[in-house]
Amino acid sequence: MKVSYFPGCTLKNKAKDLDAYAYRSAEALGVTLEEIENWQCCGGVFTTSQDEVATKLSSVRALKYAADREQPLVTVCSACHNVIKQTNHAMQTNKEFSAKVNRYMANDGGYNGEAEVYHYLEMLRDLVGFDKVKEAVKNTLKGKKIAAYYGCLLLRPSKVMGMDDPENPVIMEDLIRALGAEAVIFARRNECCGAYTSVESPETAKRNASAIVENAKAAGAEMIITACPLCKYNLVKNGADIPVVYFTEILAEALGVKEDTDGK
Amino acid sequence: MENNKYLREEILRMSGVNTSKCMKCGKCSATCPAYDEMEYHPHQFVGMVEMGDIEPLLKSESLYKCLSCFACVERCPRGVEPAKVVEAVRLVAVRRQGANRMTANDVPETIEEDTPQQLLVSAFRKYTK
Repeated sequence: MKVSYFPGCTLKNKAKDLDAYAYRSAEALGVTLEEIENWQCCGGVFTTSQDEVATKLSSVRALKYAADREQPLVTVCSACHNVIKQTNHAMQTNKEFSAKVNRYMANDGGYNGEAEVYHYLEMLRDLVGFDKVKEAVKNTLKGKKIAAYYGCLLLRPSKVMGMDDPENPVIMEDLIRALGAEAVIFARRNECCGAYTSVESPETAKRNASAIVENAKAAGAEMIITACPLCKYNLVKNGADIPVVYFTEILAEALGVKEDTDGK
Repeated sequence: MENNKYLREEILRMSGVNTSKCMKCGKCSATCPAYDEMEYHPHQFVGMVEMGDIEPLLKSESLYKCLSCFACVERCPRGVEPAKVVEAVRLVAVRRQGANRMTANDVPETIEEDTPQQLLVSAFRKYTK
């Protein structure tokens, strides 16, 4: 199976391992991630104002690329996923917005929300199947206690994102179990880490991130996984004393392809 | 208190929110992870925009404390979507001439070895027009 892949700015720089482990793991599961040519940064945050058009065009162009190839558009970073999925939803449901966007897209043939957007986790669940992931495990993670930290962007707004129950998600826990490890559930797994405010007010991130880590540890976690480079940064920066890693890293480890990616 | 009808309509149009649906239960503010940093809280944004009392919001630091985490949007029992109101007021403020809160010159001071690009692009998206 081939999919159009939107890596995003951070996966090409500070989160190269998130990207590399995603590639190798997909390959091991029979999925080829075909990187979208000339993709542009999603902007990091979806601007909810209906008169913001230019800030959403990079997402529309990526969506158009996938639609033209009749491939699902797959993202890994939580922020890219949130922005692209919300943009696609706006293209499907808001006629005024879609008409304005299409004035910019006329030379490219226009776009009307035809693409389907999958987060890598959804790709594993819906296109590959967690049962197939389980079968492909070479190094079981049995005995590890892993907490899934969702943060805000993967789940909300749930009416648009549609990934999982926004208050009681299971997708990452199901992945952890498929890899043989024990999923640790904790209350703050879907609360915000402090996001971009750590640029100017680190105290918000400090309070939120340390509460998240403490909560996960109190529930028995020995490791936290995330899909978001900014969540990882905020958690690590604010003193996480258990490993915080990308979900693709434990996936690559279990599938036996982690070593191949080192040094890539 | 000033009732700024023009700005009120502008903000309602930009956000697509119907502020009159709010029943003032306060759940949005109770669930807000930036509550402690805010002078005006999510339920106050909704109420003050409904009343057209917008100038105090435009001048408030609270605009830059919203994390866009959509907790209030998800948990509002009336589907009011307060974060969209905060976002629209913030845009009205930063779109004014010279009102960008962050410039490229601020970046070197901000970044460290491990700063993810996502942090900077997100901050620019929120703090500038």
